[in-house]
Amino acid sequence: MGFSFIINLSYLVGAFSFVWGLRLLSSPDSARRGNIFAGIGMGVAIVATMIMPLVDAANNYAWILGGMAIGGIIGLISARRVQMTSMPQMVSIFNGLGGACAVVLAMAELNNYYAGINEMSLGAVGIALFTLFIGGIAFTGSLLAFAKLEGLVWDSTVTLPKHNIINMILLVVTLTLGIYLFLNDSLTLALVFMALSLVYGFSFVAPIGGADMPVVISLLNSFTGLSAAAAGLIYGNNLMLVGGILVGASGTILTVLMCNAMNRSLFNVLIGGFGGSAAAGKSLDGDQVAKSVNINDAAIQLFYSQSVIIVPGYGLAVAQAQKVCKEVDDLLEANGVDVKYAIHPVAGRMPGHMNVLLAEADVPYPKLLDLEEANAALKSTDVVVVVGANDVVNPSAEDDPASPIYGMPVLKVWDAKTIIVLKRSMRPGYAGIQNPLFFHEKNKMLFGDAKDSLSKLASEIKTL
Amino acid sequence: MEQFFEFFNENLILIYLLIFTIVLGFEVISKVPTVLHTPLMSGANAISGVVIIGAILLIRQATPDDYLTLSLGVIAIILGMINVVGGFAVTDRMLEMFKKKK
Repeated sequence: MGFSFIINLSYLVGAFSFVWGLRLLSSPDSARRGNIFAGIGMGVAIVATMIMPLVDAANNYAWILGGMAIGGIIGLISARRVQMTSMPQMVSIFNGLGGACAVVLAMAELNNYYAGINEMSLGAVGIALFTLFIGGIAFTGSLLAFAKLEGLVWDSTVTLPKHNIINMILLVVTLTLGIYLFLNDSLTLALVFMALSLVYGFSFVAPIGGADMPVVISLLNSFTGLSAAAAGLIYGNNLMLVGGILVGASGTILTVLMCNAMNRSLFNVLIGGFGGSAAAGKSLDGDQVAKSVNINDAAIQLFYSQSVIIVPGYGLAVAQAQKVCKEVDDLLEANGVDVKYAIHPVAGRMPGHMNVLLAEADVPYPKLLDLEEANAALKSTDVVVVVGANDVVNPSAEDDPASPIYGMPVLKVWDAKTIIVLKRSMRPGYAGIQNPLFFHEKNKMLFGDAKDSLSKLASEIKTL
Repeated sequence: MEQFFEFFNENLILIYLLIFTIVLGFEVISKVPTVLHTPLMSGANAISGVVIIGAILLIRQATPDDYLTLSLGVIAIILGMINVVGGFAVTDRMLEMFKKKK
């Protein structure tokens, strides 16, 4: 009696630590403690699950410990090695593994049920099927998101003609089979159902473009949470249920925030409207010429200004330019220039991507402005430096109803006195949309690799 | 319908837990600032590794010669453990960088 009290108490501690840990994430100062807190809670719960008394259990501890050692080592090494710029890939792949874990569990339980090894109520069968479905989508969807982020596959290579219709048919077939399985037992069909869910996960992420990755990653995160919660219902385990729901809530909130930041509905993102209608929108006159600026002039302009706002984008991550960026920042600050950063919610490939990069480069977080703060500050800013951002500073979102991004809240960099855009070439951004900002009267282009240009700027400023 | 009423009545506490956790989750997480959205995702990821508990229960209850279940269980444990350990470790690495400077 006393022993099972301790086990139950451990689970309660675990559930509390998850909630409290997430609560501590509400401030950067307490966030690290929160994560450690949640981690300890998880550890307590795992130990309790290992030692809790089970009737007639063979335990098979060697299998458990072996698996834990392998997984633990892989997890630790990859967590240590990953670069901050690759965080979206890392989060995707971990997320996929969580989904896969839930799928394996649900399949194993169903298999035992069909083989007559254990009993399952109709409700439990339904929940197991739901776990297979949602966990399967999270697994293969995350794997494809990972491959896309790593640049291993291109959108066009995995998208079929009429892809959205194929997706719709696939979804209907899968769900119909799910309902059939709910009412009839069949191991073979359950395997087919699992396979279809896995294919659907892949196929559903296939048409979604790079700029929409923050939405997809958030959504997949919430799916993994749901699959964990559903698995918790199969095992009647409250801790799995609480943990899964918290993750589901987190993923859902982030999905909504990301969609709002682009002023698009989730449905619109999922059918891949962004890339699809990219050809639309005002085409720019061929004779428009973007002005360019040389390093020397740019350095002087920055050095003798009062306030500078840097707008980072995915290009900053690709060029690994966050540290040089901070170097320029320091040099300017030393001359009394007020340097701030304007972070658009969907800059980069996942929620908060830019914040992590800048934190890695030791930029204090009070220097980071969100969309509203930045738009207020931009009006009184001397120079804006756009580093690898494109769609989030596109004026078409404000004034061109034909543009696919019309209505998306953007950083109004044109309110500042001058703009310098660091860019490799005049090619349009990932979404393939032309950016009239490059031809704006206040704008000058500084061509070249972001990291290269910034380090040249830094050495030029040093000579001033 | 009768079955549904029965299910509802029998699992009342579980249903309470479900609803309150959803509300609590939305309340707590909506307070996380934009700056910390990436660590929030990776931290949440680590928490979703809680499915490992199911994997442990699966293996413990399997008969020692049921190699199919044991293998599936071990795969699930490896996947869950990567998620848990990797997730918490990488979140810690990120949050360490968010220390207040100056």
